[in-house]
Amino acid sequence: MCNPVQPQPCPILSVRQESAHEWTFRVATDARPQHGQFMQLSIPKVGEAPISVSAQGEGWLEFTIRSVGRVTNVIFQKQPGDLLFLRGPYGKGWPVEALRGKHLVVLTGGTGLAPVRSLLNMAAADPGFARSVHLVSGFKNEAGIVFHQELEAWRSSFTTLYALDNDPREGWRTGLVPSFVPEIPFDSFGGDYAVLVVGPPPMMKFTGLALMANGVEAEKVWMSFERKMSCAVGKCGHCRIDEVYVCLDGPVFPYTVARDLVD
Amino acid sequence: MSYALSIGQADQALRALAERYDIYAPKRFPKQGRFSDTDVIRYDKVERASDIVWDVKSDYPAKEVITPIQQAIFYFAEEEYRASRGRQRPILLFARPCDIHAQKIQARIMAGNGGFTDHYYARVRERVKFILMECAGGDDTCFCVSMGTNAVEPADYAAAVRFRPDGLLIKTEDPELEAAFSLGAPSDFAPEFVTENQRTVTLPDLEDKAVRQALKAHPMWRQFDKRCISCGACTVACSTCTCFTTRDLTYGDNPEAGERRRVTASCQIAGFDQMAGQKEFRSAAGDRMRYKVLHKFHDYKARFGEGHMCVGCGRCTHRCPEMISITATVEKMNAAIAEIKAGLAQSEQEVDRHV
Ligand SMILES: Cc1cc2nc3c(=O)[nH]c(=O)nc-3n(C[C@H](O)[C@H](O)[C@H](O)COP(=O)(O)OP(=O)(O)OC[C@H]3O[C@@H](n4cnc5c(N)ncnc54)[C@H](O)[C@@H]3O)c2cc1C
Ligand code: SF4
Ligand code: SF4
Ligand code: FES
Repeated sequence: MCNPVQPQPCPILSVRQESAHEWTFRVATDARPQHGQFMQLSIPKVGEAPISVSAQGEGWLEFTIRSVGRVTNVIFQKQPGDLLFLRGPYGKGWPVEALRGKHLVVLTGGTGLAPVRSLLNMAAADPGFARSVHLVSGFKNEAGIVFHQELEAWRSSFTTLYALDNDPREGWRTGLVPSFVPEIPFDSFGGDYAVLVVGPPPMMKFTGLALMANGVEAEKVWMSFERKMSCAVGKCGHCRIDEVYVCLDGPVFPYTVARDLVD
Repeated sequence: MSYALSIGQADQALRALAERYDIYAPKRFPKQGRFSDTDVIRYDKVERASDIVWDVKSDYPAKEVITPIQQAIFYFAEEEYRASRGRQRPILLFARPCDIHAQKIQARIMAGNGGFTDHYYARVRERVKFILMECAGGDDTCFCVSMGTNAVEPADYAAAVRFRPDGLLIKTEDPELEAAFSLGAPSDFAPEFVTENQRTVTLPDLEDKAVRQALKAHPMWRQFDKRCISCGACTVACSTCTCFTTRDLTYGDNPEAGERRRVTASCQIAGFDQMAGQKEFRSAAGDRMRYKVLHKFHDYKARFGEGHMCVGCGRCTHRCPEMISITATVEKMNAAIAEIKAGLAQSEQEVDRHV
């Protein structure tokens, strides 16, 4: 009988430090997730955690992980050659077809950049994918910045605005992501745009409000959620909000759904 | 076919069936109850007809046989998660109509939601045959008639039984059970169903999204912030609650060996929605009550279409140490909905007057 929660052993290929608390693990696997989907990562005897796929290639996936607790702390002790146990991919990712040919606006807070990283890299590699890409990425402070190299590389293909919450930094702005929404030239898009938002819950809430206040159409906005999960297959109930399950119907939701969900 | 069996014949029938089946029914556990000197009635393996408690409703639901409070789902072997081996023998499960309906509800989650069928649920459920225990009317917490879960169809069970102090009447539907019970005298028994409870509820009308959103913010939930002590007794006793947490553990004497375990979880207990490094979304007991009650009386049905997630068994009311009654809570909700609708109608009128 098929067991949807069976983890499979996958060797770690490489480990790269992104920031003070975030590391990227490249893992060998044949799984082919869609942009914005997530996997369940297990360490035997420790536990399991849902982690977004932050990049993918032939025979490998990358996960960018913040060490915050039992499982993620032990993952940080792993070296290339060690095993991680994977199952997935799970959930609904970004609506890639609805984004094609549009002016794409991506607003991220902190490690929220991880779940859109593979999509951004695809858009950078394929200039025909989007008419333009506007990327606004905010981080708490310098130590929290992830994907340094890509952030610099994206400057040449996207219109970028990088910011730290309070601190000054050369070539960067100071302030919170929602405060930069009025600077995005939505008027020039002729209605032909799509907006992706991902970050901590307060950042997403206030970014959504700022978008609406600036006349952005709710139907053209998507958000990616993180909730407590203990199965990823619609059984354990932890991720449920109203009649939706974040593990099944999300993590990416249209804003028209997301804005009305009450935890 | 229907038969009348004496206690002795019923014991003989169960002995014959036990060669093939594990037989589960509500059983009395003396002095394990909520108050001193009270008993607890919960499901366990039975051998004799006299083991089966039929004259009062069990404190805990039949679901415990199918989705146990805890179970090992994997064992760790070197570089491998090895799925635990499930039960090998078929199960006969004595259950009232509410508990049988509850399994239809659990099935939509455990063997359907998102297109995933849970391996650990399915491997037990496919071995279960129900023996319907005719219910003589339940107790003062039951409201199955209001929920439409008072009756089941012959397709839902393998046999139906009416217990009496001196024996039982049984009607078999599944030919495999026929031989064991045919030692009794022929009878014209057919099961009957409860048609009236002491308690009733009016199902809340939450079709309107604006009403629903207003209800979530209504002050009625705040009264539970102090009243509910977030013990989770209601969800453990609930016939339909399915939530669980997955946890790894190692055995004390051998840190290399261990298991991944599934443990019942309760949305009423703090931490249910807690993510590492984030604020809890439902940090007050009243928010958690709102979450549970709306799941039972709106959200589940909004997702799966057929019927609510409550079978009216009343076990949550019965087990609550704070005397919180689900029927009273639903009626409070109805009053709040009426108030909200009146408010919305009035503001609409005012808008009309201003245009
Ligand atoms: C769809 C999705 C995508 C995600 N993507 C990423 C990503 O790309 N990168 C990333 O870093 N993070 C991501 N996360 C968050 C990540 O899943 C969590 O940070 C991770 O689960 C933390 O696990 P942990 O074991 O390290 O922490 P834990 O120590 O397990 O802490 C997590 C929570 O579990 C509970 N808990 C832990 N142990 C127990 C216990 N014994 N009993 C009861 N409760 C307990 C606590 O409430 C705690 O708050 C994502 C989450 C989701 C839902
Ligand atoms: S909510 Fe209460 S009455 Fe309804 S099924 Fe659960 S325990 Fe029974
Ligand atoms: S409603 Fe009653 S049984 Fe349920 S958590 Fe609150 S106090 Fe406990
Ligand atoms: S994570 Fe278990 S139901 Fe979504």
